[in-house]
Amino acid sequence: MHRLILAALAFMVLAVAPASAQLTIEIVGGAGTTVPIAIVPFENESTWPLGISGVVAADLQRSGLFRQVSDAGIVPRPSRAEDVKFAEFRSRGADAVVVGSMRPQADGRVEVRFALLDVVKATPLTAMTYTVTPAQFRATAHRIADVIYEKLTGDPGVFSTRIAYITRQGGRFELVVADADGSNPQAVVGSNEPLLSPAWSPDGTRLAYVSMENKKPVVYVQSMATGQRQVLANFRGSNSAPAWSPDGRRLAVTLTKDGGSQIFLINADGTGVQRLLNSAGIDTEASFTPDGKALLFSSDRGGTPQIYRLTIASGAVERMTFDGGHNVSPHATPDGKGFVFVRRDGGRFMIAIQDFATKQVQVLTPGPLDESPSIAPNSKLIIYAAQQGSRGILAGVSSDGRVKQRLVSPAADVREPAWGPLPR
Amino acid sequence: MRKWIIAAFLIAAIAGCASTEETPTPDDKAATATTTTPGAGTSGATTTGVAPSGVPAGASSGLPGAGTGSAALKDPRNILSKRNIYFDYDQFTIKEEYKPIVEAHAKYLQANRSARAILQGNSDERGTREYNIALAQKRADAVKNLMLLLGATEIQIETVSFGKEKPRREGHDEASWAENRRVDIVHAGE
Repeated sequence: MHRLILAALAFMVLAVAPASAQLTIEIVGGAGTTVPIAIVPFENESTWPLGISGVVAADLQRSGLFRQVSDAGIVPRPSRAEDVKFAEFRSRGADAVVVGSMRPQADGRVEVRFALLDVVKATPLTAMTYTVTPAQFRATAHRIADVIYEKLTGDPGVFSTRIAYITRQGGRFELVVADADGSNPQAVVGSNEPLLSPAWSPDGTRLAYVSMENKKPVVYVQSMATGQRQVLANFRGSNSAPAWSPDGRRLAVTLTKDGGSQIFLINADGTGVQRLLNSAGIDTEASFTPDGKALLFSSDRGGTPQIYRLTIASGAVERMTFDGGHNVSPHATPDGKGFVFVRRDGGRFMIAIQDFATKQVQVLTPGPLDESPSIAPNSKLIIYAAQQGSRGILAGVSSDGRVKQRLVSPAADVREPAWGPLPR
Repeated sequence: MRKWIIAAFLIAAIAGCASTEETPTPDDKAATATTTTPGAGTSGATTTGVAPSGVPAGASSGLPGAGTGSAALKDPRNILSKRNIYFDYDQFTIKEEYKPIVEAHAKYLQANRSARAILQGNSDERGTREYNIALAQKRADAVKNLMLLLGATEIQIETVSFGKEKPRREGHDEASWAENRRVDIVHAGE
């Protein structure tokens, strides 16, 4: 009790502190088929340091679905749809081209225009205009990349999302939030004791996480805007594995207060604890399906750690994984089609995906110590934790296994990624 | 593992150390965490919900001559100074060789009704963090259940899990892993 009070009093509020561990993201395995796209530098963009078209190009390249075609030698550079000479781009092998311009306005903001054109069909596909401040250029580039991605693939882009992850450097742990491309990392929690299991609220305004600063696992919920936080669960024993319900009002948590790790529901303000499941052993790692009607979880109730699905209204529990002796850590995919999980095979831990309808399993990563998968809100990319040598890194893989990325921090051990929701 | 432990005890006993095996160690500084906010303002952790579970400092009743007072906990010649129970991979069964340690601590709690202990469960690095929190918890609970059978009472023991978050050895080999599959017995006030 005394230690808890001391910890609370010792809280300090700092100005937003840039985290020391900046992630850089590299593609390490290709998709096979990529869309060749030419991205012409926007007219006037060199007036500002950012290089907005470069951020767009990097986003598309990093998705693994696009291959950049150079526009070198095309003079004059087109900046509007009507200036594009399709033959010039066709001869360079491009299927699509992006052109744009930036014009300062009287009020200090800048009008950013872009157009996306289909080179093969020689038609414009879409055009948008944004009026923004220079501070918003990076975010605007991500929005442009999202529009292009969605137009050419049919899926929503996730370039405007954020990721959370935990870093460890020496004895210091931080919960960091960064843009999906690794930029702008900001530490939102710092501690001398371990932090784990960050979980975004569905509206992106709060983060739940587990902290061991009280010498035991305790679940907190913290506001992204203010940094204020509240204990969600600090019952006798261990409190962990927070998972938000899709309506953001409640969380599933694993509590040992009644003996053994069991799953409970709790309101986001910490009130109203309600036991959900009952087994003699371990139930943990809950994940709601996107319709809110079911909960996936890990359990050893059948003798080995496997994944089960609870239908909340009826209380019925169904086993989901049957292949292999250790399948844990389910995360329902946002499209409702299945779940990503961790599978142990021959001593190696790998990320796999299972389809609800077909029950087919596809192993996506090689291991040996892969864990903590988190799926992008478009269900197309999975970020997870891996080992490189003796260091923890993050890695990415597309949901069909074809695109592979590595996210490396030069200084710290990185783990426990959580992909944030689409911005509203 | 066993020979290592015996050797360590002998060496430590000869050297007269205060304790032969390290007690689990979270650092002694008051654990603090800082949160950042963009603007001014204070934030404090507010606890809501049910009773906090801090273990109050226990007063040892120190039965005269019984060797079960709190000094015995730190005496390297006393089995009570042994605090670590080790486990096999994926297992939470207490091996025979560790039962005397568990029994000694259970008897201590039985003899000192106001004494309190925390059992901290740990696991090796393999497997997900959350599943390891649960597995290590199961180890701590196994030790607790045996202690309850042997004389301790429910209210005297809290079990918590560190999962794989606080390894004592950080190698990626069986020697390190074996060291980390462990329950530590911590008495209140330590």
